[in-house]
Amino acid sequence: MVKASIEARGDLRLTRLTKTYGDFTAVDDLSLTIPKGSFFALLGPSGCGKTTTLRMIAGLEEPTAGSIHLGETDITTTKPYQRPINTVFQNYALFPHLTIFENIAFGLRRRGKSDVKEAVEKVLNLVELPHLAQRKPTQLSGGQQQRIALARAIVNRPALLLLDEPLGALDLKLRRQMQIELKWIQKEVGLTFVHVTHDQEEAMTMADTIAVMNEGQIEQMGSPADLYDNPETAYVANFLGQSNLIKGTISGNDGDSQIVDLYGQKISLPKSRSHAVDNSTYAGIRPEKFRISLLETPVKGNVLSGGKIEDVSYIGVSTQYQVEMPWGQELMVFEQNDDGVAPFKKGDAVNISWEPTFTFGLRGDEDATAGSEVAPEVLDEE
Amino acid sequence: MRKIRTPYLLLLPGFAFLFTFFILPIINLAQTSTQTSIAGGDTGQYEQTLRFANYFDAFIENKEQFGRSFLYATLATVLALAIAYPLAYAIAFKSGKYKNVLLVLVVAPFFTSFLLRTIAWKQILGEEGFVVPTLRTFGIISESTTLTSTSFAVVMGMTYNFLPFMTLPLFASIDRIDPRTLEASGDLYANGITTFRKVTLPLSMPGVVAGTLLTFIPAAGDYVNAAILGSPNTKMLGNVIESRYFKVVDYPTAAALSFTLMAAILILVTLYIRKAGTEELV
Repeated sequence: MVKASIEARGDLRLTRLTKTYGDFTAVDDLSLTIPKGSFFALLGPSGCGKTTTLRMIAGLEEPTAGSIHLGETDITTTKPYQRPINTVFQNYALFPHLTIFENIAFGLRRRGKSDVKEAVEKVLNLVELPHLAQRKPTQLSGGQQQRIALARAIVNRPALLLLDEPLGALDLKLRRQMQIELKWIQKEVGLTFVHVTHDQEEAMTMADTIAVMNEGQIEQMGSPADLYDNPETAYVANFLGQSNLIKGTISGNDGDSQIVDLYGQKISLPKSRSHAVDNSTYAGIRPEKFRISLLETPVKGNVLSGGKIEDVSYIGVSTQYQVEMPWGQELMVFEQNDDGVAPFKKGDAVNISWEPTFTFGLRGDEDATAGSEVAPEVLDEE
Repeated sequence: MRKIRTPYLLLLPGFAFLFTFFILPIINLAQTSTQTSIAGGDTGQYEQTLRFANYFDAFIENKEQFGRSFLYATLATVLALAIAYPLAYAIAFKSGKYKNVLLVLVVAPFFTSFLLRTIAWKQILGEEGFVVPTLRTFGIISESTTLTSTSFAVVMGMTYNFLPFMTLPLFASIDRIDPRTLEASGDLYANGITTFRKVTLPLSMPGVVAGTLLTFIPAAGDYVNAAILGSPNTKMLGNVIESRYFKVVDYPTAAALSFTLMAAILILVTLYIRKAGTEELV
């Protein structure tokens, strides 16, 4: 029994997984398959249930309902120490009384592996810290501890590696560097990584597949490009990057496109990117997809006219504009500073245009602000 | 100049106190320990000599009580550890919002006099208490067995009286353990017992060492429990010293025994700290 579960390999399958604490439902009827060998991210704000999901996979929480399978093996109630799953904890949770070497050797020793020294040295080389083997965890910097926590987990060659906000405690520069290294290590060792994070940029940099979670459920799942370019809900549109959502009515069809009326101006939206269920819709456009032009300049594609520049923020690589439209909404526009043209000025009357294929359509009955007001930077709360 | 002098001025009251009430008495005690009785003098009259044989004589005469002191102190320490560890662990990890309430309960006995509580144990273990009849009903002890005036009662009394001194340092130590390190241990294939042996216990060692010292040292010198709950057959070194001083007025023997006890405790504690402090505790 023990043997069978610890040797389990294959895809991770969560079936109708639910976890409730009293009246509060942390994870709500969640089903999900994570293919073997993939780098999978669970993305969402604090309290969305992503950490609870991870802890159930690790065996640290027992599901209220539902099942967890690894390959053909049901591991729903298997004890954590009998699962072929290792975790990189949020604050690393290194053993303060053991040396780095013994920290990494811990899992190998528990399973009575024979070539401990060789395996530990190899993984220390992989994380490029072989010279720290005899130190204690408190003598290491945050970035070094992070790598040791990773080494301590991957040395066991688990079927599944869980990463719980592993980069949350690092500063921005180190975080970017570790993101690239983690991705490289994942390719190198070929393990399945499940990464929990509230940082959408981190998830998009590293993961093959992202599941955006909200209130215990998966809001949308797909590749980073899918989620960003074609969000299905306002929550995803706002949580992953920023979006301009403009209320409109679908007024007709034109081949593969729908014609959408936005406060009297007609634009075109590809049918494949429309998720509306009736005539009412929100047309969504990412800020960097917009082009601003002065009134006399001819433009192609979708055009919204009557804008007025309300605010200009020059941030080096790009300039961010707030453009007030005739119906009172302020649209956000990011323009690359790559054409040598001086930025527009506050008060300029402008048109806004974009490629029709960049438009996405959401259901008209959604809350257009969903996902934009969540405070993502709270660690340790879940 | 003023800056340099200030810390010494601050130390002065404490130092003066210690000098008057600790250093001087110790010197006096050392002097007394080598005195001999004046030939033909009254009871309690001694002259200053350098008779170190007092130590040898006192030890030989009381080696039984010596052994008993360390045996009882060891038993009480081990029992207190066995009771306090799970208690401290539960308060630290499992008590949730009741943590502070439980900690207050641990120290609550201090609101009553040490003597009163020890006398209360006499009632608990006495013939009229509920313990003896219950044990007899279940046939655990025979009809003729009593619990008062036994070494059992003395060790129980000591265990009880020193329990808070064991519990509090243990709690402080266990409470500092990051529960995620225990989760990490489980995640790295260690079952509950292995996690305790390899992670919880080593990380709580400072508390174990502090708690055992705080229990063992006063327990080894204790005489109240043996006096109230024991019999002449359970006399500890503390009782001997007390009676030599106040009843027999044999000051040199009492002083020599005090010093021997101090030295023995000091040596044992040093060895213990060496072992507990440096060896890989796994």
